[in-house]
Amino acid sequence: MTRIVALSAGVGEPSTTRLLADRLAAAAGTALGGASIEVVNLRELAHEITDAALTGFAAPRLQHVYDQVGEADALIIVVPTFKASYPGLFKSFVDALDNDALIGKVVLLAATGGTARHSMVIDFALRPLFAYLQSVVVPTGVFASPHDWGSAGEGTLQSRIERAAGEMASLLGGQGSGRSKDDGIDLFSETMLSISQPD
Amino acid sequence: MQIGIFTVGDVTTDPTNGTTPSEHERIKNTVAIAKKAEEVGLDVFATGEHHNPPFVPSSPTTTLAYIGAQTERIILSTSTTLITTNDPVKIAEDYAALQHLVDGRMDLMLGRGNTAPVYPWFGKDISKAVELTIENYQLLRKLWSEPVVNWEGKFRTPLQGYTSTPAPLDGVAPFVWHGTIRTPEVAELAAFYGDGYFANNIFWPKEHYIRLINFYRQRYAHYGHGTAEQAIVGLGGQFFMRKNSQDAVNEFRPYFDNAPVYGHGPSMEDFTEQTPLTVGSPQQVLERTLAFADYFGDYQRQLFLVDHAGLPLKTVLEQLDLLGEILPTMRAEFDARRPTNVPDAPTHAARVAARDAALTEEVSV
Repeated sequence: MTRIVALSAGVGEPSTTRLLADRLAAAAGTALGGASIEVVNLRELAHEITDAALTGFAAPRLQHVYDQVGEADALIIVVPTFKASYPGLFKSFVDALDNDALIGKVVLLAATGGTARHSMVIDFALRPLFAYLQSVVVPTGVFASPHDWGSAGEGTLQSRIERAAGEMASLLGGQGSGRSKDDGIDLFSETMLSISQPD
Repeated sequence: MQIGIFTVGDVTTDPTNGTTPSEHERIKNTVAIAKKAEEVGLDVFATGEHHNPPFVPSSPTTTLAYIGAQTERIILSTSTTLITTNDPVKIAEDYAALQHLVDGRMDLMLGRGNTAPVYPWFGKDISKAVELTIENYQLLRKLWSEPVVNWEGKFRTPLQGYTSTPAPLDGVAPFVWHGTIRTPEVAELAAFYGDGYFANNIFWPKEHYIRLINFYRQRYAHYGHGTAEQAIVGLGGQFFMRKNSQDAVNEFRPYFDNAPVYGHGPSMEDFTEQTPLTVGSPQQVLERTLAFADYFGDYQRQLFLVDHAGLPLKTVLEQLDLLGEILPTMRAEFDARRPTNVPDAPTHAARVAARDAALTEEVSV
């Protein structure tokens, strides 16, 4: 059974970041045909994370999460965007990890933001961090702006969630990202089918 | 085969002397160019539609009606009418009115438009461009084919018991071409309705357009309008001619090097090799154009871009004279190679006759 830990760094309650983490976790479970998935809210560990930043070691509750992360086959990381980057709380959590904890681990990156103008946060902030940690980062990052939560159909949030989850499952199966250039025209997309059904 | 010209109506500084025509001059020049096109024997004049500087043709039906009043034979069309940001109800009215005024001597080409900010100006969301194209066109078809329309969609207010006026001339709606640069959905839309499909054929190498046109042809056959070879295809193209090819190269180079779309980019030599642009003698233009049918199959309409990049009116009119000289040969060669079962380009008269023939057949059965 593939073990996955999803970390949600959202601080609101309810949190769209947590919502996105749950949807990614569900999609990952589907793509893997079943998995053991643990979703962790960093908010609940805020005090332990701050303590660890000062003491250099993790209190038992936080250590338990670090152990889970260490034993996971893959991680799903979901952060809100604060001041054009991930929150300090999340960075502090990562800072107290062992240096080699994430080497070779498959990591799916996702973020929420208050505006679509934050769309590049995954590639400009999160991805470099996980490159440093020597993780295997899933090519598709999933960014959700407020606009995305109200949209349906193709090219939307759900389709990006499914694509990223599929890539993660494929990487775990040793098949690369499982995707390559597709020159075909999809005759069965929702939009294409709507053309021949005018009324 | 219909051969003609199409314009985007750009107001561009002439790079050889720094002069820029006023909007008024550009508009009047466009009329002069259209009249000249008829004079040299061309079949089609098409104007673009833009709502931002440096372009002038914001009102295609006004322009085309004015030209229509001063010409006798030339078919008036668009390149393109924006199906995304125009209300389809207004398109139905405007183009039906034009159709009556010019006695059916018109058609139109629909396109999505290439200017992102236009969408919000007209209250539309660019992220929905393809869906808008489909819904708006489906409504337009309904307005032109049903006397009383009850309709409800995603992008505009519903219509209840609505009648579009005037009804199309002779009960036959204007023929519609769908202009495309890259979107397969547009090919599907054209194929489903049995409309014409026009590939821009200017910006990119031919392979790109071959793929789209082949797809459209297959789908045209799939929807039962005829065989793939019988699908109605149009192509763009562009040239600059002088009797002596080196003169053409020398004269056009500054215009090419500073052209709005591809200026300050590839060399003219590379661009002419890699795309359908031909800069040379009339014979070279003739040969290159006739070869289009080898790549794309026998087709029905060829439109050239001749009045862009700041070329002065005098030069454009000279280009049309040169095109007029090779026109009979071009038309004859195209027609000679076209198999008998591949249809001619659509005209209003031919479409009315076909409709009447179909009705007669129904009655006699």
